[in-house]
Amino acid sequence: MIDEIIEEEISPPAEPGFWKESWYQLTRNRAAMAGLVIIAVFALMAIFAPLVAPKDPLIQTISARLTAPFTDGYILGTDDLGRDLLSRIIYGGRISLIIGVVSVGISLVLGVVLGITAGYFGGWVDRVIMRIIDIMLAFPYILLTIVIVAILGPSLMNAMVAIGISQMPRYARVIRASVLAEREQDYVLAERSLGTNNLELMFRTILPNALSTTIVQATLGVGEAILSSAGLSFLGLGAQPPTPEWGLMIASSKQFITSAWWVVTLPGIAILLAVLGFNLLGDGLRDILDPRLRD
Amino acid sequence: MLKFILKRLVLLIPTLLGVITLVFFMIALAPGDPARVMLGERANAEQLAQLRSELGLDQPLSKQYLLYIGRVLRGDLGKSIVTQQKITDELSARLPATIELAITATIFASILGIVLGVAAARRRNSWVDYSTMTGSLVGVSMPVFWLALVLIMIFSVGLDLLPTGGRMDVRLYFKPITNYYLIDGIIMWFREGNSDYFVSALKHIILPTVALGTIPLAIIARTTRSNMLDVLNQDYVKTARAAGVPEGKVVFRYALRNALLPVITVIGIQFGMLLSGAILTETIFAWPGIGKWIYHSIGARDFPAVQGGILFISFFFVVINLVVDLLYSVINPRIRLK
Repeated sequence: MIDEIIEEEISPPAEPGFWKESWYQLTRNRAAMAGLVIIAVFALMAIFAPLVAPKDPLIQTISARLTAPFTDGYILGTDDLGRDLLSRIIYGGRISLIIGVVSVGISLVLGVVLGITAGYFGGWVDRVIMRIIDIMLAFPYILLTIVIVAILGPSLMNAMVAIGISQMPRYARVIRASVLAEREQDYVLAERSLGTNNLELMFRTILPNALSTTIVQATLGVGEAILSSAGLSFLGLGAQPPTPEWGLMIASSKQFITSAWWVVTLPGIAILLAVLGFNLLGDGLRDILDPRLRD
Repeated sequence: MLKFILKRLVLLIPTLLGVITLVFFMIALAPGDPARVMLGERANAEQLAQLRSELGLDQPLSKQYLLYIGRVLRGDLGKSIVTQQKITDELSARLPATIELAITATIFASILGIVLGVAAARRRNSWVDYSTMTGSLVGVSMPVFWLALVLIMIFSVGLDLLPTGGRMDVRLYFKPITNYYLIDGIIMWFREGNSDYFVSALKHIILPTVALGTIPLAIIARTTRSNMLDVLNQDYVKTARAAGVPEGKVVFRYALRNALLPVITVIGIQFGMLLSGAILTETIFAWPGIGKWIYHSIGARDFPAVQGGILFISFFFVVINLVVDLLYSVINPRIRLK
């Protein structure tokens, strides 16, 4: 009983209904809702790809090579091997969403652990971690990603690892900053005086307060990861044929831009829309959750 | 001020050492035997041993590391495995192409970005504002390599107005002077009264400039707009308006100057990114710069070249960011006091 009372009094100063209020505001933000709808459409297509896609994305119909859109039942036409472009784009969405989520997941895990450790312990731990982060930030993002993949070897998994590592510094920084701000707050000191151990303090007490900024970063991060992985695949450093990955689809059909505009244009529009969705939602979330970050 | 600059310069040393260290270990600890990777499966033990000793791979890692730092500090980045040329020579031969493109892209992005940003801020919530903001959001969401291909499709293939790649029409048998082709074109124009070289260089750089400049353009337009909105709401602007100062003077003389301060930082950072982020653009437009060279070195598993290339670009990036910081503190003295 007493424990419960104490628990209640020293829990972090989260306003009642913060998330509910935020959701309400989000529904009133037209741009963010547009982003959410785009993401939802891509997500649904990705989940139900076998049901939605009119054809198998890998089946080649050589007689139907480079068929123009809206002919012979190919809604978006076919590529140079006679594969149905619409089906490939739908399955490509699956891959891109997975890449986005997994890469951001990797950088979140790394960033949270490093950021929270640095901010919480301070001192030399902080200095060492932040030094490494600073050095990583001394590399231009795209270059760092390309180099990591080049070293690990070209594959989709390695592309995700590379993107995850390259994006990690920003999460580490954001989280460290929130930890520094929260560390000396009364509710944390109170928890500590009750004998709560370090791990629990870090992850259960302090981390939730860094959540809103992190959510914004992560949403924008998914879009950026999709963009980077498409670039890597385009350079031959990401997905390998015959995977229906959007960037790879553009790369493998770029020699046909003189004769078949759709093979390059359409997968690019798919990338653009998916990334736009995450950017719209991220911008909206930033306005609502984290007014400090507004540009 | 001098003290501030010195302090920043001293802080640069550990960062650069860290960059060298990271680059060294990234390559040294890469999975697989670099010699085997470079020579391919068919190499025999003798060849492998020779390359290993050539690259110093038979030494203990700590010794390799110290040797590497020593060499880099002396300005020696090693030799390319493919061409057997010094990597510093390879880099300096390609640097002008990369810098030229980064500069034109930055100019394109800055001018258009500031104009659009100011226009959007002046007519907030008008169609100018909405289309600028929508456009800039689309701009940052677009894959650069795709935009480059679409530009080629429209302007080279479709309209036949601009070349698809390269820096100069090969039929002109052009011999570079400064290696900055636009400048060379102007020199030739003065020297021989022939504008062909300049026109050709200009035509070749337009599409890469637009492709490379689109993301910075979007970012600069957004930053300009939001800073301009902040400044236009400040008391001194209101006072100036109330005092009857003409609107044009309020916007361009009073507001713009202050609104542009943070924009300058953004432009500087973007310039640093462009120097490195040009890998995709340079590859697509066959632009013979450092980005394309690094890409080909990766494909050829030429690890010393990749190592040297990244190191060089990262040094550049760090130094440019420092210059931007210093420049900003010169224009805005409040930073120094912090």
